[in-house]
Amino acid sequence: MSAHADTHAHEDDHGHHHKETFVTKYIFSQDHKMIAKQYLITGTIMGVIGVMMSLMIRMQIAWPEQPNAIFEALLGKWAPGGVMDADMYLALVTIHGTIMVFFVLTAGLSGTFSNLLIPLQIGARDMASGFLNMVSYWLFFLSSVIMVISLFVEAGPAAAGWTIYPPLSALPMAQGGSGAGMTLWLVSMAIFIASSLLGSLNYIVTVINLRTKGMSMTRLPLTIWAFFVTAIIGVVSFPVLLSAALLLIMDRSFGTSFFLSDIFIQGEVLHYQGGSPVLFEHLFWFLGHPEVYIVLLPALGITSEVIATNSRKPIFGYRAMVASILAIAFLSTIVWGHHMFVSGMNPFLGSVFTFTTLLIAIPSAVKAFNYITTLWKGNLQFNPAMLFSIGLVSTFITGGLTGIILGDSALDINVHDTYFVVAHFHLVMGISALYGMFAGIYHWFPKMFGRMLNKNLGYIHFWVTAICAYGVFFPMHFIGMAGLPRRYYTNSNFPLFDDLSNVNVVITLFALIGGAFQLVFLWNFFYSMFYGKKTVQNPWKSNTLEWTAPVKHIHGNWEGDIPHVHRWAYDYSKPGHDDDFVPQNVPLKEGEEELQH
Amino acid sequence: MDNTVVSTGTEGKTWGGGNKPLKASYGKMMMWFFIVSDALTFSGFLAAYGFSRFKFIDSWPIADEVFTHVPFFHGNYPMIYVAFMTFVLIMSSVTMVLAVDAGHKMDKAKVTIYMFLTIIGGLIFVGSQAWEWATFIKGDYGAVQTKGGNILQFVDNEGHRVALRDFAVIDEHKERVQDQRKSGIWFTSEGTLPTYTVSEVLHGLEANENILVRTQIINEEGHKTVLSREESINQIKNNGKVVVEGANLHANEYGSPLFADFFFFITGFHGFHVFSGVVINIIIFFNVILGTYERRKNYEMVEKVGLYWHFVDLVWVFVFTFFYLV
Repeated sequence: MSAHADTHAHEDDHGHHHKETFVTKYIFSQDHKMIAKQYLITGTIMGVIGVMMSLMIRMQIAWPEQPNAIFEALLGKWAPGGVMDADMYLALVTIHGTIMVFFVLTAGLSGTFSNLLIPLQIGARDMASGFLNMVSYWLFFLSSVIMVISLFVEAGPAAAGWTIYPPLSALPMAQGGSGAGMTLWLVSMAIFIASSLLGSLNYIVTVINLRTKGMSMTRLPLTIWAFFVTAIIGVVSFPVLLSAALLLIMDRSFGTSFFLSDIFIQGEVLHYQGGSPVLFEHLFWFLGHPEVYIVLLPALGITSEVIATNSRKPIFGYRAMVASILAIAFLSTIVWGHHMFVSGMNPFLGSVFTFTTLLIAIPSAVKAFNYITTLWKGNLQFNPAMLFSIGLVSTFITGGLTGIILGDSALDINVHDTYFVVAHFHLVMGISALYGMFAGIYHWFPKMFGRMLNKNLGYIHFWVTAICAYGVFFPMHFIGMAGLPRRYYTNSNFPLFDDLSNVNVVITLFALIGGAFQLVFLWNFFYSMFYGKKTVQNPWKSNTLEWTAPVKHIHGNWEGDIPHVHRWAYDYSKPGHDDDFVPQNVPLKEGEEELQH
Repeated sequence: MDNTVVSTGTEGKTWGGGNKPLKASYGKMMMWFFIVSDALTFSGFLAAYGFSRFKFIDSWPIADEVFTHVPFFHGNYPMIYVAFMTFVLIMSSVTMVLAVDAGHKMDKAKVTIYMFLTIIGGLIFVGSQAWEWATFIKGDYGAVQTKGGNILQFVDNEGHRVALRDFAVIDEHKERVQDQRKSGIWFTSEGTLPTYTVSEVLHGLEANENILVRTQIINEEGHKTVLSREESINQIKNNGKVVVEGANLHANEYGSPLFADFFFFITGFHGFHVFSGVVINIIIFFNVILGTYERRKNYEMVEKVGLYWHFVDLVWVFVFTFFYLV
């Protein structure tokens, strides 16, 4: 029983036997399940802020420069007489992007589900270092607070776009948001990177070191594979953003010329010489593109799990799924140039990046087809989690197809910086990752809170969201191809675009309805947390280890010994068994072979 | 518990699960992944350095002409001092290896000695770096910056560098003009004004027949281009904007200001790592003396800080290569 002794030694390392107070249980908790909930709640709050910003952006685009009582109430001095200030519009675009990409879909998604599921699904008592895990969450919390505070800066929050290209971000006097707002943005992101690094180190090491007996890498659920690889991408790409941010801070505050070249402001020559803003773009997008997969891969992992469980079928092509996750992770680090086709990069380099970018279509298609073949002839259980997962497959394909167009430099140049791009990335990473997050919440809500979400409200939430998401982003392809540029405060000065204003009104109406119906989800979420139907231990009849743990959360996850693993995670509808699912901890029967996967 | 009796089908495989399948503690593994992450931060800086240097490939300062000083010695000794610094840092890595090895053997006395030597090595390195910075900031010969931002240096007939102080004619009678923002020189206060004005340099140049101007453009032989006497005077007269002495984040008498920007930032960031490493080493050193690891029955903490220390050394090898050698 050496394994037994080891586990106990491990527990003692972490001091798990200490008595808990309110503070150690709910605030400075080192328990991965509580930290997951903290991430989820913080991410949800940031999500509400981010979505409200997008609705204000949409209202401005649909009814440009018209007085709006909502603007006046929410924006105060930035909407004199209810007309949104142009600088504020840019600031909203910037902070909406930042919050959604980093705070909701990176920390909110990865932070929640990596924390909840990694120890539970690999059979570990907790993360490798509960302390660092706690520090990671509180750094994230701090960076969220700073980002929100930056909204209240006198001269306005950062307004250089979420990509903070210099010189707008590098010269404090460039525009209102380039001063204290930009400084706070950079401080917040530096803390966020530290948080992300600590979180990722924990996820990687936990997956490598703390798997239970029998949990070989080829028996890991695909969720864990996705979280594991996501964490590796984070460790590899976020530090390069840190490099860019530090060099930018030097340029802003200490007068170096890394990203700045000969510049005049108000007739004065600045001393900067020799730097290059394109250098910043290279460094930024070296993070920026992998970031897309940091956002997307966890959602894809969740989808794999939900689709397999609710199709009552083994996932199709397990090894192909793992291989495509790894291929996507590798390719994601060598494609960043496709964001810079019109930045003055060497066209030859552009064609290289076109090639590597189009390669990503292969593993992505493998994943899409594997989802469809898993669904094929399955005994489909259409619960809300399943619907959102199928929704993800749909938006992933829709957005992926336009990715092929945008990845090709010859085609991209025509639609670069138009709404076509906005439609593409919102569908393929924004909506897809959000669907993955919703699927994860509907699926693991019972695990997190011991209660069920209301199914009917879930159906309403899904169908309205799905219709509105397409209603918002499908027309954007067309106005993008018609040439409408993104990030413009108003297009009323260009008669060319007058015909498109009705389309913009339709898009905004869809956005408002879709946004409003998220309240159904929020109500469902918070109401069910306290008054929802009590759950059974394994409500979805799923195979993975988290459902073998008791409903009530206990420190160390399992009473008694950690279950050992004897099979992969997808033994659904296996012949020779009474149930249509065989959990991973059930030993092989006499004469039973493990499914070759 | 009957589960454990049955075979899990993965016995004997490295990745088969169970506690520590790779036989490494989580802390050590975290240190490795942290190093991966930190390495990429440095890669970002060095890639940015390469990008910028390539942009100015025909006028980048030649390291052999920049880092020529050794404390207590006058004269031209390119690379000697940085070679000494590098040697010290690498030797401190060697003593760190010996400390880790002694830790494996649970030899407290030897761990103490070798940790101490490592700390001393680190301190010598950081101190040397401070001296290197001070020398670089103070500068050497002085130069004139043109309106286009290029650097003009001065040489004699034989190609030896000539310092401004050796030929500039100080014009006692001329009234100083107050600097204004409009003149394009930002944040210039009296204290940071150069010792000489461009016109004083010009007078000195006109008075000394054998002094020529050297531009920062590198010619086909790999040397900086020296102008003719006539061109020299024309350049200073028509294009000279300000006298530059030494290097800082805005200007650099050796050539492109980006050289100084990157030098200060990257060696500074590395020096910060070394400094942090020394602080961590000191903490571990006291823990060793206090017997913390004797009680824990392993010296793994020494091994972990050792990993970090070797990493910092390795980064220096790259910084050294890119700034001093190539």
